[in-house]
Amino acid sequence: MEVINTIRFTMPSLSVNESAARAVVSSFLIQADPTVEELSDIRTAVSEAVTNAVVHAYRGTTGNIELTVKLLRGREIYIKIRDKGCGIPDVEQAMTPLFTTAPEEERSGLGFSVMQSFMDKLSVKSSKGKGTTVIMRKRLAVHGD
Amino acid sequence: MKVDIKTENGRAIARLKGEIDHHNAKGLRTELDHYIVSVQPRELAIDFGGITFMDSSGIGLIMGRSKLMKECGGSLEIMNTQPYIRRVLKLAGVERIVKIT
Repeated sequence: MEVINTIRFTMPSLSVNESAARAVVSSFLIQADPTVEELSDIRTAVSEAVTNAVVHAYRGTTGNIELTVKLLRGREIYIKIRDKGCGIPDVEQAMTPLFTTAPEEERSGLGFSVMQSFMDKLSVKSSKGKGTTVIMRKRLAVHGD
Repeated sequence: MKVDIKTENGRAIARLKGEIDHHNAKGLRTELDHYIVSVQPRELAIDFGGITFMDSSGIGLIMGRSKLMKECGGSLEIMNTQPYIRRVLKLAGVERIVKIT
């Protein structure tokens, strides 16, 4: 993949940083001139992935969440969200729509479904006790000036 | 995040302003639940016209309030949803459980 521009930042897994992550991604992507809908899709997917890290990866503790955004040749957006938290014991089960381990907190179990629906590609790699890496890609439409 | 609740003829309207994510949903939930339990409106409409962002945390918020309203003998309606909010709601099939206008 040919990278045109990239940004990486690390934040503590505080819930207030969910909106900070969205704001950083939005600011970075302005250079690619996405449509309102594309930007909304990406912001929502990022919010879901960061929230998963805040709620599940570092439950009861605080750790770092690393967010990498790349603008690739061909108007493709690459986003990586990585934590070093508890890991997901069964990724396939976690990705099942409506599956949640936190119903008492009104988590809907739709985080991965939103990421899948709003982005073109989703990859989730997790290792128990070591953390989780979520990679998402979305190609932006080509529009005339 | 801001909530403004007014009651007219037994129908309550809660106008929300801001972004609904996991961080903000907690405060919203507390505020709406306090109102539902203390006032017990027959109908509650949550107005999403002032919402500029919502992820799946909004689904939990809506479903939870719908359940509480039913337990209190009332019903919930969601109004003024933007197209991107309707996409999130559709993923969860919320329209089968809650009236969306």
